[in-house]
Amino acid sequence: MDLMHLTAVELGKKIQNKEVTVRECVEAALAQIEAVDTKINSFVTVDREGVLKKADDIQARIDAGELTGPLAGVPVAIKDNMCTEGMLTTCSSKILYNFVPTYTSEAVLNLEKAGAVIIGKTNMDEFAMGSTTETSAFGPTKNPWNTEHVPGGSSGGSCTAVSAEEVPYALGSDTGGSIRQPSSFCGVVGIKPTYGTVSRYGLIAYGSSLDQIGPVAKDVTDCATILETIASYDPKDSTSVKRDSYDFTSALVDDVKGLRIGIPKDYFGEGLDAEVKEAVLKVAKVLEEKGAIVEEFDLSLVEYAIPAYYVIASAEASSNLARFDGVKYGYRTEEYEGLHNMYKKSRSEGFGPEVKRRIMLGSFVLSSGYYDAYYLKALRTKALIKEAFDKAFEKYDVILGPAAPTTAPKLGESLSDPIKMYLGDIYTISVNLAGLPGLSMPCGIDSKGMPIGVQMIGDCFKENNIIRAAYAFEQTREYIRPEMAGKGAE
Amino acid sequence: MANIISDETIEYVGILAKLELSEDEKEQAKKDMGSMLDYIDKLNELDTSGVEPMSHVFPVHNVFREDVVVNGDIHEQMLANAPKEKDDSFMVPKTVE
Repeated sequence: MDLMHLTAVELGKKIQNKEVTVRECVEAALAQIEAVDTKINSFVTVDREGVLKKADDIQARIDAGELTGPLAGVPVAIKDNMCTEGMLTTCSSKILYNFVPTYTSEAVLNLEKAGAVIIGKTNMDEFAMGSTTETSAFGPTKNPWNTEHVPGGSSGGSCTAVSAEEVPYALGSDTGGSIRQPSSFCGVVGIKPTYGTVSRYGLIAYGSSLDQIGPVAKDVTDCATILETIASYDPKDSTSVKRDSYDFTSALVDDVKGLRIGIPKDYFGEGLDAEVKEAVLKVAKVLEEKGAIVEEFDLSLVEYAIPAYYVIASAEASSNLARFDGVKYGYRTEEYEGLHNMYKKSRSEGFGPEVKRRIMLGSFVLSSGYYDAYYLKALRTKALIKEAFDKAFEKYDVILGPAAPTTAPKLGESLSDPIKMYLGDIYTISVNLAGLPGLSMPCGIDSKGMPIGVQMIGDCFKENNIIRAAYAFEQTREYIRPEMAGKGAE
Repeated sequence: MANIISDETIEYVGILAKLELSEDEKEQAKKDMGSMLDYIDKLNELDTSGVEPMSHVFPVHNVFREDVVVNGDIHEQMLANAPKEKDDSFMVPKTVE
C-alpha cells in the first residue's frame, strides 16, 4: 500500500496504532518528492537532512504518550511566506533569497505543538502576488494533472504538493483566493477561514486586512482537523479574534437537511466556462437531494470586488513591502552611491515585475491628491460588498458557486494581460474583502482532463456550515488523484 | 475615462515606492498603471455618498499590552541575516556627510 495515498488523519491514526512509524511516513514523502518534484516544482526548500531526525524525535514523544493528536507525526509542507525558525523563508522572491527567520509563525508553531513534521517550504507567486505561481523567482510550479497547465496561485506549490501526494497536507495563505483557486485547479480541498481566526504572526504580509492562513488537503475531514489545530487567539496579532468556538470537526456530519443554500445568479453569467457551470450546479442538485433548501438569488456588486481589491491590496502591499530595503536581511545590490541609491537599487533588482507593478499602483492610490478618489472609494465599496453579503446571509447558511471561471489555463497564457489574470479571481476576491470563510473542493473533471472546483462561502465565524455542506457532498463521490500521485512508491 | 499617466507621475511614484525603473520599465509602468486605473474607475459607477470607508470588517481597536520583553537575546541570529554588519550592528552607507 502507498502511504501517500492516505489522508493526513488516516496517516495519523496508523501512526498512533503503531502500524507505521513517523520515519516511514517521512521517507515515503521524500521518495515521492524525489520522483516528481523536478517535473512540478512544488518546493523551494526540502529539509532532507533535518526532517529524519525530527521524525525520530516526534516518534519518541508519540511512544512516550506525549503526542496523541490526529496530526502527530504526519508530514506537512508550508507555503514559503510563513516564517520557520532556522529554515529558509523566501516568499519566492530574490529579495529574500537567503532569509533565515529567527522565529516561527504562530500557525506553524501550533502545528509543531501538535507533532507535525515540517518537510519543507512550497513555491508561490512572489510575495503571494499572482494567480498562477508563475511569478516565483524560483521558476513556475506546474499542475500535476498536466504539466503544461498552471497550478493556480498564489499557494500553487502547497496545492500541487498535496495533489501529487508529496505531502498529505499543507498550509497556504489566501488574500484574494490564493488557497481556494489553486485548490480548485489541482483537485484538492482548501479553506480560507474567517479573517482573524488563524494568527498572521510570522506570515510575511501582503495585504494585511485580507491575508488569512488556511489548510490544503485531500478531504474535508483533514481540512477541519488542520484548521482546528492552527486556529488560535494570538495577542501578537492585533487583528486576531477571540472566537467563541474553535471546534470545526463536530461539523463533519453527513446531514444537510434544512441547510439553506443560496446560488448567486451573478456568479453564473458571462465568462463562466460551461463545463464548470454544469459541474458546480450539479453539486447544488446533490445537496438538494440530500435535504438542503437550494434557491437562486442576486448577490449584486460582484463586478466591483476586483477593482476595489486591487486598490486595497496594492495600497497595503506598498506599505508592507517598504521594509525590504537591503539593510537587515535579504538581498543588497552590489554597487551603490549612498543610502537612498542603495535602497532603490536593492529593491529594483530584488523585486520581480508583478510585485513592482503592485507597489507602484499602491503608492499611487495612497498619494496625496488620489487617496480620496481611489483608496477611500475602494474602502467605501468594501463596506457595500460586506453589506450585500450580510443581507444574503440573513437568508442563507451557505453561498455556493464556482471557485474560478475556468479550469487551470496553460502556462504563459495569463501573465501577458494582468487585468485578464485578475478577472480569474472574480468569485474568490469578495470573500476576502468581507472577511468571510470560504472553501473550495473538487466536483468534477472537464473534457481537457483538468479538475473543476466548487466554492462554498459562509457567514463570518460560520465555517461549520460550509464544512457540513462540503462533507455531505464529499460522501457522494470518490477522491480522484492525478496519475503522478503514487510514483514514489513504485 | 482614459487615464494618461505622465512621465512626471511615474517619476514621483517611483520616489514614493523607492524603485528605480529603467526606461523600458517606466514605459511599461505607464501603460500598466493607466489601464489598471481605467479599470478601477469602474468604482465611480457606484454611489458611495454617505458610506463610511471600511478598513476592517470587524470593529478592531488598538490593542494594548504591557511593555515586557518576552524574547531572549537573539541579536547574533538576527545579524546573521544582515547583508553587511560591523561591530554588532547593521552596516549601511554613510548617511550624513
